Amino acid sequence: MFSYLVNRVFQAIGVLLVVALLSFVIFNYVGDPINNMVGQEATLEDREELRERLGLNDSVIVQFLRFVANAAEGEFGISYQFQRKVSDLILERMPATLELVFVSAVIALAAGIGLGVFTGLRRDSWLSRFVLTVSLVGVSLPTFVIGILLIYIFSVGLEWLPSFGRGDTVRLGDWDSGLLTGSGWLAIILPAITLGLFQLTIILRLVRAEMLEVLRTDYIKFARARGLSRRAINFGHALKNTMVPVITIAGLQIGTLIAFSIITETVFQWPGMGLLFIQGVEFADVPIMGAYLLLAAIAFVAINLIVDLLYAAVDPRLRVSAQRGKGTA
Amino acid sequence: MNGGAARALLDVRDLKVGLPTRRGPLAILNGVDLHVKEGEVLGVVGESGAGKSITGLAVIGLLEPPARIDGGEVWFDGARIDGLSGDELRRIRGARIGVIFQDPLTSLNPLYTIGFQLTETIRTHMDLGADAAEKRAVELLDEVGIPAAASRLNAYPHEFSGGMRQRVVIALALCANPRLIIADEPTTALDVSIQAQIIGVLKRLCREHGTAVMLITHDMGVIAETADRVAVMYAGRVIEDGTVAEVVRNASHPYSHGLMGSIPTIGARIGRLPQIRGAMPRVGAVPAGCAFAPRCPDVRDLCRAERPVMMDGKATSAACWQYSPRWSDAAAATGGAAADG
Repeated sequence: MFSYLVNRVFQAIGVLLVVALLSFVIFNYVGDPINNMVGQEATLEDREELRERLGLNDSVIVQFLRFVANAAEGEFGISYQFQRKVSDLILERMPATLELVFVSAVIALAAGIGLGVFTGLRRDSWLSRFVLTVSLVGVSLPTFVIGILLIYIFSVGLEWLPSFGRGDTVRLGDWDSGLLTGSGWLAIILPAITLGLFQLTIILRLVRAEMLEVLRTDYIKFARARGLSRRAINFGHALKNTMVPVITIAGLQIGTLIAFSIITETVFQWPGMGLLFIQGVEFADVPIMGAYLLLAAIAFVAINLIVDLLYAAVDPRLRVSAQRGKGTA
Repeated sequence: MNGGAARALLDVRDLKVGLPTRRGPLAILNGVDLHVKEGEVLGVVGESGAGKSITGLAVIGLLEPPARIDGGEVWFDGARIDGLSGDELRRIRGARIGVIFQDPLTSLNPLYTIGFQLTETIRTHMDLGADAAEKRAVELLDEVGIPAAASRLNAYPHEFSGGMRQRVVIALALCANPRLIIADEPTTALDVSIQAQIIGVLKRLCREHGTAVMLITHDMGVIAETADRVAVMYAGRVIEDGTVAEVVRNASHPYSHGLMGSIPTIGARIGRLPQIRGAMPRVGAVPAGCAFAPRCPDVRDLCRAERPVMMDGKATSAACWQYSPRWSDAAAATGGAAADG
């Protein structure tokens, strides 16, 4: 198990270096950053001095290594637009995004698995058919349309929920949390549903398909023949066997939640990293874009690592190679 | 012969199973009659599609919908069990009727240890604590011949060979000391050398525990070695029923006769293995009279007109008109065998 883990960590580092290279290339070759930083009346000497001070005259390799070393320490340079350290800006915005992603992931997983099991077990009931029909809407409508639709119904029409912002937040050390106030919870409902609806429907349909598949297997038939209770069969034996593909997809989907949050945060003016990124794009704020790219990659890599570890926890057949290393027959 | 002196443990009477389709119900079983006495091994043979497995599944209420029981009765241990609710049948399955399926490689849940699957089954049917259930699990594994049973409880199914897995499946079927085991092709998926071992284990345990077995197979070798009595099935009915020796050596029904004739014998030099001409009628296309009439070498008009019931044959009972007093009156059919194409 340990060697497997070490192996995976090295692979993850490799992936991150490649992403860092991409991020660095964007940083360096999308136009001349000096032009963005100095005014119209700056002299050539001023420009050269700034270039020297920022280390832009060093060789490409030295610059890349410096970028990686800085990134490893959480330094991504100064934002052109805000004239502040990118790391500070991101740390400020990160709690909002992570809370939004967390709440949507919980909604998507809980409702997705629950409804998936229900529609898989009761596949002929009218309620299952209704859920499946509605879930088509979740798959087909783009995120921003769902967001605007929800705002139109619940904020404009019914006036139940706020249409933008995070509500009141509570400061916990470095973490600005909106999950401890009533207005924070009210504010997070619409964006979380908007962000999670697509993932919810994907998980629902996957769990349903896997349940139908597993319920046809011989070991479920044999479990019935052993006279086990319906509950033990459906949840103990069937649901656990659907988990490997569900964990894979759910993991990837949580990664895309972070990526998709750009759109949702824009629609709901949610003060998270996605909104920061969009603002960065509008101003060609390369350090922010580079840092965001790298952070998204770290999130994906970390989630994939967790997914790999969860596989082994769920399916004993995947632990075999690790056990052989320990010398058990 | 039918309904002998010893009380039947399992008594299946005129069981009909059908599959509702848009064009009306499709009959899969057309009235199966068979019984298993206490402690007896009944072999159920027949070619693929004869309804052997469906009979087994119908008895324990595990027919895959939309297939359903359309008629007849199933009696087990003096009580009628067809038509019981799902939960009542569940309490009989595993507890009083054990089941073994064909493929041991897929019968066990890959995600749980065999110890978990055993204790889970034991505790579902018996009022035992975790420790007592585990002790029983070890005893069962020991009995089916798994070496170092106690240390194997935490092993997963994929860590066992096919033969060992089928032993675990047998242990699972025996968990709650059932009175009857329905074994559906228990050795078909196994190596020939392993088959004999598994049949040996099954036979020994059932004799020791006095468990009756309904052994479904198309392997006449297994039947000859294991069963006390044989029921031969054809096109969704039992067409012959008798002791193993009589059915193998002196079958009454022309179909059983042909079936036994097509078993190759080692040493005998024959040019071509005898075979029964034609094929079994498809489900839903079973002729009105005797289902075997189109292939029967000795068919008469009577056979095509009316379905024969079980009657006393040579030494067994068989569903064939030639043992009826009406046989001598019936004229030989025009055209002979396979006239219906």
